Amino acid sequence: MDNSKGYAIELHGIVKRFPGVVANDGIDLKVRRGEIHCLLGENGAGKTTLMRVLYGLYRPEEGEIILNGQSVHMTSPRAALNHHIGMVHQHFRLVPTLSVEENIILGLDEGTGPLMNFRKTREKISAIADEYGLPVDLQAKIWQLAVGQQQRVEILKALYREVDILIMDEPTSVLTPQEVDQLFTTLRTLVDDGLTIIFITHKLDEVMKVSDRVTVLRQGKHVATLSTAETDKPTLAKLMVGREVVFRLKKSPIKRREKFLEVNDLYALNDRGLLALRGVSFELFGGEILGVAGVSGNGQHELAEVLTGLRKSAKGRVFLRKKEITNCSTREINDLKVAHIPAERIRMGIVPSLSICENLILKKYRHSPFSHGEFLDNKEIEENTRRAILDYKIVAPSYEIPVKLLSGGNIQKVVLARELSEDPILIIAVHPTYGLDIGATEQVRQILLAQRERGAATLLISEDLEEIMTLSDRIMVLFNGEVMGILDAEGANIEEIGLMMAGTRYRGEEL
Amino acid sequence: MGWETWIITTLSRSLAYGTPLLLGTLGEIYAERSGVLNLGVEGMMIMGAYSAFTTTYITGNPWKGILVGAIVGGVFSLVHAFASVTLKANQVVSGLSLTMLGLGLSGMFGRGWEGKPLPATISKITISGLSKIPLLGPIFFEGQNLIVYMTILLVPLLWYILYRTRIGITIRSVGESPATADSLGINVARVRYVCVFIGGILAGLSGGYLSVAYRPAWTEGMTAGMGWIVIALTIFAFWNPVYGMLGAYLFAALYHLAFRMQIWVSPELLKAMPYAFAILVLIFVSRGTLQKRMGAPAALGLPYTRGEE
Repeated sequence: MDNSKGYAIELHGIVKRFPGVVANDGIDLKVRRGEIHCLLGENGAGKTTLMRVLYGLYRPEEGEIILNGQSVHMTSPRAALNHHIGMVHQHFRLVPTLSVEENIILGLDEGTGPLMNFRKTREKISAIADEYGLPVDLQAKIWQLAVGQQQRVEILKALYREVDILIMDEPTSVLTPQEVDQLFTTLRTLVDDGLTIIFITHKLDEVMKVSDRVTVLRQGKHVATLSTAETDKPTLAKLMVGREVVFRLKKSPIKRREKFLEVNDLYALNDRGLLALRGVSFELFGGEILGVAGVSGNGQHELAEVLTGLRKSAKGRVFLRKKEITNCSTREINDLKVAHIPAERIRMGIVPSLSICENLILKKYRHSPFSHGEFLDNKEIEENTRRAILDYKIVAPSYEIPVKLLSGGNIQKVVLARELSEDPILIIAVHPTYGLDIGATEQVRQILLAQRERGAATLLISEDLEEIMTLSDRIMVLFNGEVMGILDAEGANIEEIGLMMAGTRYRGEEL
Repeated sequence: MGWETWIITTLSRSLAYGTPLLLGTLGEIYAERSGVLNLGVEGMMIMGAYSAFTTTYITGNPWKGILVGAIVGGVFSLVHAFASVTLKANQVVSGLSLTMLGLGLSGMFGRGWEGKPLPATISKITISGLSKIPLLGPIFFEGQNLIVYMTILLVPLLWYILYRTRIGITIRSVGESPATADSLGINVARVRYVCVFIGGILAGLSGGYLSVAYRPAWTEGMTAGMGWIVIALTIFAFWNPVYGMLGAYLFAALYHLAFRMQIWVSPELLKAMPYAFAILVLIFVSRGTLQKRMGAPAALGLPYTRGEE
């Protein structure tokens, strides 16, 4: 076994509490110098919190941080940078309106006085970029770059600061499969050059592919640290979830019904007034799930909003069962039995401080049997809640507690219960399992499959390719607001989809 | 009066009237670029005006008055900085309170000062030689005072700092993405304090100019809504000092034209025009999507707390 000199980082008994939760409950972590160390755990296991403690963003209540054998106080990100620790956050820390080089030197004392000497910094950045194969246009503004390039800027930013330890927080969630491979190659080169990398993830494949060792966290506690070569996916899955995991999703063969949704040459602007959808056309049939794949920010968000009436389209038409619904109001579209499972469930899916009962009737409180004239019928409302809790296996201490106090999975089930109880004909589901633990994810997916069985048409927008591959009957890939192609999910090739996500048009036959 | 004289007086008066607007706008641009919306401009201006006037009256030196006005404006702005940066209060509420506080305090303390004559004022200067240039000479180089020129010189200086220096990049990054700035070791709170303070100094200076140079007298509420015009101009300028200058002088010219149209249009209506303008601009841009399209600092009005996305 290595002695303590071999460790770049040692965290001892880190405790970090937030109101109502213990995010880190006495976690130990030892990272060897020059290794890629994966931090594995489900959402909410405390991975990011622990790394934010290490990066000086959070002050832990208890515990000790030891760098290269020396105990240190990490009081701010500046202190972390002074100790040569860099962090690439899941949501990039870049200023969109500034150029690449401005972002890289931000906060540093480069140049003379208040003036900047870009010539010298440019040389240094280019040298680093060449050495590690991270080409990027230095004068481009961040907002003009694709997400994969933005990540490159983040890595360059850290390397420019000559970090020894690089923390990567879920770096693959925004990349195409090809970009992921590229990233892994880059990380290997960095480690060969003597860097130490901590890699946060909840994906088992990535752990097996990239890491030397792995530490598993569960509910804020350290579960195990293993050498990757001596373990396997089922073992890790069990450690991560705390029980046997069986992926037992049953999907019956497709029973396609008539055409429910038709979208014709749809254009829409995003919040900045730029074209986000450029001539999107597709059809969606009853009894099928159409998955929408794409790197985030390629029009998925706007597509969901236009279809649910939250955003006006600039051009093009939308038909629901031959009835035109282009630019109808949200309520009109709702009344035509369209369900919406929004991406941000807390912000758009629920009214956080209303009770479960009230949240469940948000779409139908205006009608009998829940109201008569101006008065609500509490008995009916409670009965409705009782049914929903039973049908959707919602775990709640009482009907009356504000829905925001439920866990993410249970909040999502409240949303599903409200949206699906009316037997919708069209379901727009956006990232339906994002941030849920494995158990809840499985349940949500089963619910969506049950709706498909019943004959509903589902548009499933997700950044989780695996989810799209398992649930969908057909897959549509969006890039830069355009449809790159629609292909059959059966036998779909993940490499092919990856290329389409990066802007290559589908070469096979269109469906 | 010949048309030539008419144009000269109109433009020359616009330059004089546009100066306080421009000063205030430049300051508010810096505050908002760092992400702090300060609706207290009116309050800071009137405090500057009041303290500049009294200081000049007591010391007999208008420059001392202007200096004290600027300092008082700056110190006064720190109330807003403390509330919105340190206490993370709602910036709209805090800014509005600052305006009300300023108007109230200056009104209370200024009671005995109304109508008092100033022993000295900032003298108007004529630059011999340049003033002989036809048309431009009498507009720019005759009968203006030093502050007018200083203000014009401030524009390229503040523009350069904002867009071409490290200080400027730091300020803009704090206003666009404080989390990014923080994760790179920039002290977000300090940058915001400094920018709000700069805004306060310039607003105080603007007030001092009004009471000591532009119209050497103290009247309660003498800023008469100029602070609100400044807020509108800041947005109108896309948060850019150069456009701020264009906007301020353009508005001053319009204001002056309106003043001259009193012969034909009811003066009450004309007096309401600047406010109508401010309201229109504010309505126009207060829609979130529009602000985003216009390039408002992305974190404008949002307090920053480390670790909250």
